[in-house]
Amino acid sequence: MNDPKETSITVEVVYRGIFQKTLAQRICRSIVLAARKRGHTGTAFARYGDSPERNGVPAKQFAVVAINDLELEASMAKYEPAVVDVSIAVDDTLVKGVESWAWYGRQPIWKPVKKDGFLLVTSDNSPADVLAQTDEAERPYTLVTVPGGASFAGLWVFKDDHTDYRVLGALARIEPEWVRLDDVKALIKEQTKDESAVQSAQYGYDAAKLRAVKAGEGTSGHEKLQFTKPGWTTMRPGIVVDARKPGERNPQYKKYTARTLRPVVNFDTCIKCTMCWLDCPDECFEVTPEGHYEVVYQACIGCGICAQVCPVKDCIVMVDELRFEDNEDKWQFWKKDHDGYNKWFEAKSGVSADPKVRTPAARQEGAGNANPAANPTSASGGDD
Amino acid sequence: MAIQVKEREHQDVETEQLMSGCEAIAEAIRLADVDVMAAYPIRPYDGVMQAAAKLIANGKMDVEYIVADGEHSQFEIVKHACAVGSRVFVGSSGVGWFYAFEAIAVTAGLRLPVVAICGNRALDDPGAFGTEHNDSLAVRDLGWLLPWAETAQEAMDLALMAWRVGEDKRVSLPVAIGLDGAFLTHSQQIVRIPTQAAVNTFLPRFDLGDRLLHPDNPITIAPQVDQDWLMEIRMQNDQAMRKAHDVVSEAHADFKKLFGRGGDSPFLDEYMTDDAEYVVFGQGTLALPMKVAIRRLRKEGHKVGLVRLKWFRPFPTQEIVKSLSRFKAVGIIDRDYSFGSPHYGGVLYNEVRSALYSQEKRPTIVGFIAGLGGREIEQPMATEIFEKTKAAASDIKSGDTCHWIGVRS
Repeated sequence: MNDPKETSITVEVVYRGIFQKTLAQRICRSIVLAARKRGHTGTAFARYGDSPERNGVPAKQFAVVAINDLELEASMAKYEPAVVDVSIAVDDTLVKGVESWAWYGRQPIWKPVKKDGFLLVTSDNSPADVLAQTDEAERPYTLVTVPGGASFAGLWVFKDDHTDYRVLGALARIEPEWVRLDDVKALIKEQTKDESAVQSAQYGYDAAKLRAVKAGEGTSGHEKLQFTKPGWTTMRPGIVVDARKPGERNPQYKKYTARTLRPVVNFDTCIKCTMCWLDCPDECFEVTPEGHYEVVYQACIGCGICAQVCPVKDCIVMVDELRFEDNEDKWQFWKKDHDGYNKWFEAKSGVSADPKVRTPAARQEGAGNANPAANPTSASGGDD
Repeated sequence: MAIQVKEREHQDVETEQLMSGCEAIAEAIRLADVDVMAAYPIRPYDGVMQAAAKLIANGKMDVEYIVADGEHSQFEIVKHACAVGSRVFVGSSGVGWFYAFEAIAVTAGLRLPVVAICGNRALDDPGAFGTEHNDSLAVRDLGWLLPWAETAQEAMDLALMAWRVGEDKRVSLPVAIGLDGAFLTHSQQIVRIPTQAAVNTFLPRFDLGDRLLHPDNPITIAPQVDQDWLMEIRMQNDQAMRKAHDVVSEAHADFKKLFGRGGDSPFLDEYMTDDAEYVVFGQGTLALPMKVAIRRLRKEGHKVGLVRLKWFRPFPTQEIVKSLSRFKAVGIIDRDYSFGSPHYGGVLYNEVRSALYSQEKRPTIVGFIAGLGGREIEQPMATEIFEKTKAAASDIKSGDTCHWIGVRS
């Protein structure tokens, strides 16, 4: 067993607000407790400003482990770590960027990761697919993927799907000086008395794929959203901020980084019933000149309510966000080129655009993370 | 913005009435053409409620008069009414004031110029209706302007000043006028009522500008800001409070020009201080027994005087330093108490001492706790206060004591 070369390590967990809060907390606590088994000390905490959390909006929790109390204090002098050794994203669509508050802008997922640090992502997609959606690297790091879809294990009642154990196993693989696999397994054994949970940690350790990323690798296709916070001389007095005029959308806060799935619309089968437009909690739908309803992807958080309330089968299909490169409105595409659009719709959703053809199997295969358990609105624990 | 009027041009048509401090405030509500007032009874503030209701019932005043289900709602109602551009009035006393505390705090944070009175009353329990300043003083750190009145006339005048200063865009902060329970709220005095025309000249229409909450001006007020914005917001409020000092001076000058009242200084009312060696310092109606005592003691050859503070917030530090550094000793009379504070003193005592700390020439400052719960400050007590102040002059450290006056052992 090697002693750590550094005096402390900082790990952040980037997660989807509310749905993955307990998951993130369990991972951060377990990192500290596993490290404690070999004599390190540590702290785990959530970014206070993320609370109250909002459904799906990216949030962060942290674990800091150090060789002793003094080093722990030194590493905690900055409350929110500006630099981390490992960033863990527990939903691979988070690699498309993180926008926690309007004034944070959209930040690349690797932003706080130090040079030659690690970005650990739970994903059933290939490292290449994940990297293709990650912002162009400014400095080299290692992308680590550990098998698993976006886990929505729930906030109030945690339905453990072993994501935490797989992540801890993978972490033991990349940071063995701080978190040993044996300690992780012993901790899980103590906590769960469940051998399958211990095996999940071993599986995460074995199945983790490491991919070295050089500076410049990744996509430059994501929108740059930056915000300069004004000072007291330039802010409006009285805690007043501009509100949006009717029909106007917020140019500073887009919300799309909250999305794990996105709704894709088959305009040919739409019966213009208004249900999606009416029930969308974020007022994302715009009426087209012909009375269809198109999704404004800049504003959509991917909650899936539109797909639930749509009375037409497969008219609105929720699809893995990682399959999309942009946030363009799609109605214009359909208007110009029905056949082209329908082919695109079928390729993305795995569902036939022709209502006479039923392809349930294809849908399951094509829809990646789009399982019912991954639907935020039904997985938030309300029915437990 | 000094007002262009001939001096005292309206005064010859002013009327006189015999009225209590509460009635004088109600008269100010009428003269200021207040749009919305919210009421909930607690004495001594409720005298205003009754007087205003009578004015409305008699057809003399047109104001949206909302009786709330409690003080918290009462203060929330005017806060929101103010945000949509209404000139507002509200008030309470003692623990009622405390029940509204959340609304009171956010009103200052939102920079909404709500004008209130705090009919000063001891904080229950035990039940006591008499005056004590701890209710008003509890908001001293929140960004409210806090003037204190001595007479019914001054209550009315300060109320008109309150809308003028609070609503000024450079300030835009709420104002709470301190009115001593019983001695002021429920005692009737001769009050000169200004003409409506003069008040209209003094008090421009309320205009929130681009902060007006209105469908044509889409704004969001008070979103969650977290640590990312709060220091800047506090800084803005600090600047507003700093500017309030000069805006008070300006309003005072205009007021004096128009109505001929208000004294030499907007912040301090000095009585027989020109050649004084020892003075007492305090606020509100305790000035009356102290002035009587001063006249009596002067006949006996004692060079004594009084400095009465008219605005506790913004605290007129420079004016106080300039005034008090002339004397050998100053006795600070607190009609309040701050349990466990430095030297176990009152609020005024510690603030005045803090203001004078860096002065090379500073008087001995000695503290007195007197008149709590509405207890009268009688002449023997006033004499004792002056004697103890004089005795403290020889040794600045002897000021590190606060004397309880008129308390049974």
